[in-house]
Amino acid sequence: MATNPTTGLDDRYTDDAGSVINTRVDQMVNWLLNWGRSNSVWYLLFGLACCAIELMQTGGPRADLERFGSAPRPSPRSSDLIIVAGTLTYKMALRVKRLFDQMSEPRYVISMGSCSNCGGLFQYAYSVCKGVDQIIPVDIYVPGCPPRPEALLEGLLKIQEKIKGEKYLQQRYGVAV
Amino acid sequence: MQPKEMFDVLAAHFGPEVIFDFHADPKKDKDPWFQVKPYEIEAVAEFLKTDARFAIDTLECLTGVDYPDKNHIAVVYHLYSYALRHRLVMKAFLPREDPAIPTVVNVWSVANWHERECYDLLGVLFEGHPDLRRLLLPDDWEGYPLRKDYAEKDEYHGIPTTRPNPLELFQLGKAPAKA
Amino acid sequence: MLMAYASVAAFFLVAAGFMIGSLLVGKLIRPNHPYAEKLETYECGEAPVGQAWFNFNPRFYIVALIYIVFDVEIAFIYPIAAVFRRWVDQGRGLFALLEVLVFVLILLLGLVYVWAKGDLEWIRSIKGDPRGIPNVVSRTAPALPPPFAVPAVAVTARPITQEG
Repeated sequence: MATNPTTGLDDRYTDDAGSVINTRVDQMVNWLLNWGRSNSVWYLLFGLACCAIELMQTGGPRADLERFGSAPRPSPRSSDLIIVAGTLTYKMALRVKRLFDQMSEPRYVISMGSCSNCGGLFQYAYSVCKGVDQIIPVDIYVPGCPPRPEALLEGLLKIQEKIKGEKYLQQRYGVAV
Repeated sequence: MQPKEMFDVLAAHFGPEVIFDFHADPKKDKDPWFQVKPYEIEAVAEFLKTDARFAIDTLECLTGVDYPDKNHIAVVYHLYSYALRHRLVMKAFLPREDPAIPTVVNVWSVANWHERECYDLLGVLFEGHPDLRRLLLPDDWEGYPLRKDYAEKDEYHGIPTTRPNPLELFQLGKAPAKA
Repeated sequence: MLMAYASVAAFFLVAAGFMIGSLLVGKLIRPNHPYAEKLETYECGEAPVGQAWFNFNPRFYIVALIYIVFDVEIAFIYPIAAVFRRWVDQGRGLFALLEVLVFVLILLLGLVYVWAKGDLEWIRSIKGDPRGIPNVVSRTAPALPPPFAVPAVAVTARPITQEG
């Protein structure tokens, strides 16, 4: 039984179908839980390099990340999302793995910027990890060098759409849909 | 003091076996420099710091350069004096098989991390250094990357060091195969 | 008479029910998928080293102690005011005020004592340190050297050895 490493739940029941309210109780409960979860996606601050500056600005007043309910967290234990912003070196890659492991499920990963998408500008360097998806499973890739705050906001909105489309109760209890 | 003057004073003090080979070609050398015999570097550093004509109080930079065709590694010292406002560049050429040179950390303590970096990236051993270990790369890294003959390993702790080119992987940018 | 306790019981039951209910709903809803790496102690991404217990500074204890005394004082004044309301209605409000002021005054004497003794200073005294209380000399500690003294380092040439 394969486990989806992001949500920690059974792989077979991951479905991209959007959720619609109708009279079925489980759909209403799913809708409610997903609405609550998607509007409070707390992210682990993981700024590594220049993308971190744009991450900070995305949390700043003009492109306010917190108006989506997304509060920055210093610890992986209390965060739903890790935004890997910046160049990942091999030295840091081991720590990213550990931090991702210490996040509680359900957890999501945004890879922000070229360096964490694929190694980016420094892809030929001996010490740069060629993309964070060689270490942890990534949900959303935000391209850019660095991506504008608006681009990162769109990445967060895509995470919200992904959360809203999950059949949360079914996945939690391993029930076939 | 001008670089040539400084070279002359030093060569007179230490002798031509220790301080030699002055270069000041404006086309090739950005800064005039001279060579130092590696194992005398401590005495030279001491003299430069304490002598009133030089008063070199700052080691601005300590770097290493790999010359595989000439079969030596150069350790370059960029020195500056805030008191007298003159600069100096010294180079020590070390054999590539076994590069080792005494440390100048007791004269200028800023050399501590500079020498660690030089060891980390080029493998130059600084004898007498209190804490010679890798600075930038992970502690269990194998090899000295800034050497010209460095070959990257295939993986580090299970992380692959290459990434498949998506253009090749997905056959993008190629004409579609004729049916 | 016993019915008066029913409201307390109802209050207690609602509070307990709220706690238990929210914990229960959480247990039903959240995924439970523990594995070894997840259960490791968090140490900013590094492998945890050493113990989590350490010696803390006793200054925090002093601050907490003084705070507790005055917090409890405030906590007592509120019900006193509620009880003395009857006296205020009878026109003997001034007497009630004086009663409460006597209570506060006794504790204020305690504050004055603590203040004069220097227990409110964060850095109590280091000889020569201007941040602490001036001129306090410990009778038991040995005499300290002058602070911020930079020891003079004599740089001498070491004999050069040819190695290798």
